[in-house]
Amino acid sequence: MQELSLHLLDIAQNAIAANATQIQITAEVREEEDLLLLTVEDNGSGMEPEQAQKATDPFFTGRTTRKVGLGLPLLEMAAQQSGGGLSIHSRKGAGTRVQASFELSHIDRMPMGDIAGTVCALIQCNPTLDFVFTCRGDKGEFMLNTAEMRRVFEEIPLSHPQVILHIGNYIRQHTAQILTD
Amino acid sequence: MKSMEELYALRDQARASIGIRADNSTNTRIVVGMATCGIAAGARPVLAAFTQEVARRQLPDITIAQTGCIGICQYEPVVEVYEPGKEKVTYVKMTAEKAAQIVANHLVNGNVMTEYTIGAVAGR
Repeated sequence: MQELSLHLLDIAQNAIAANATQIQITAEVREEEDLLLLTVEDNGSGMEPEQAQKATDPFFTGRTTRKVGLGLPLLEMAAQQSGGGLSIHSRKGAGTRVQASFELSHIDRMPMGDIAGTVCALIQCNPTLDFVFTCRGDKGEFMLNTAEMRRVFEEIPLSHPQVILHIGNYIRQHTAQILTD
Repeated sequence: MKSMEELYALRDQARASIGIRADNSTNTRIVVGMATCGIAAGARPVLAAFTQEVARRQLPDITIAQTGCIGICQYEPVVEVYEPGKEKVTYVKMTAEKAAQIVANHLVNGNVMTEYTIGAVAGR
């Protein structure tokens, strides 16, 4: 992947496959600690401890179309190459939390990229799921909660193409100040 | 709270600009592969291009959705088009440009772009 926001889109797919009904995605910048934290947390089916341990093994996967699952190992590699790492906390029947940490200023830390594109892709393609996207940094905090948005938007579906374009611009405006790359 | 006001403003903007239709089962479905292979190969801009074109042309009755790994990773990004009553069309090695062309030629004018389908590409 070329952007961290693409890794987030990818890991969120695992949550969807685990039948999560709520997926929380957080991007947090801590300039003083030179830290970037990405978190994907879900209320899906979760994993047994042995599965969680093997999850970063590229030859371990829950899917049947292929014998490899590259999402988590690629994210772990990206994190480690940037002076960070990956942690997975999971409980069967409760959900999973994946957190990747990166040295913010590391020369090999890939850019966040189009985070609005990632959030919009998820909202548009998964109209029955709830997403909470939080972007936090020294310059401020932005949160988008699709359950809340649905209450505000009433009869208008969030997944309508024109609505998604508006939502994308809304996210872009608000995250531009917080994530400066 | 400022962001709540913005959401209400967004909603009013949306209400003014779109004709509301309930998502229904007779919609044409554009399904974009979103597994790791697809995302790495460029699925997100393909999805964005379909959204942009459908919105720009104000095409009704279209649902844009995602799918996981179909098992043809070397041909990603993959997009399947399901039109009610017609055979599924599988487009492979997709790009944002091809997406715009497919909206115009296939969805609007009804001409499948066979040169972009798996049958044509896999045969090479």
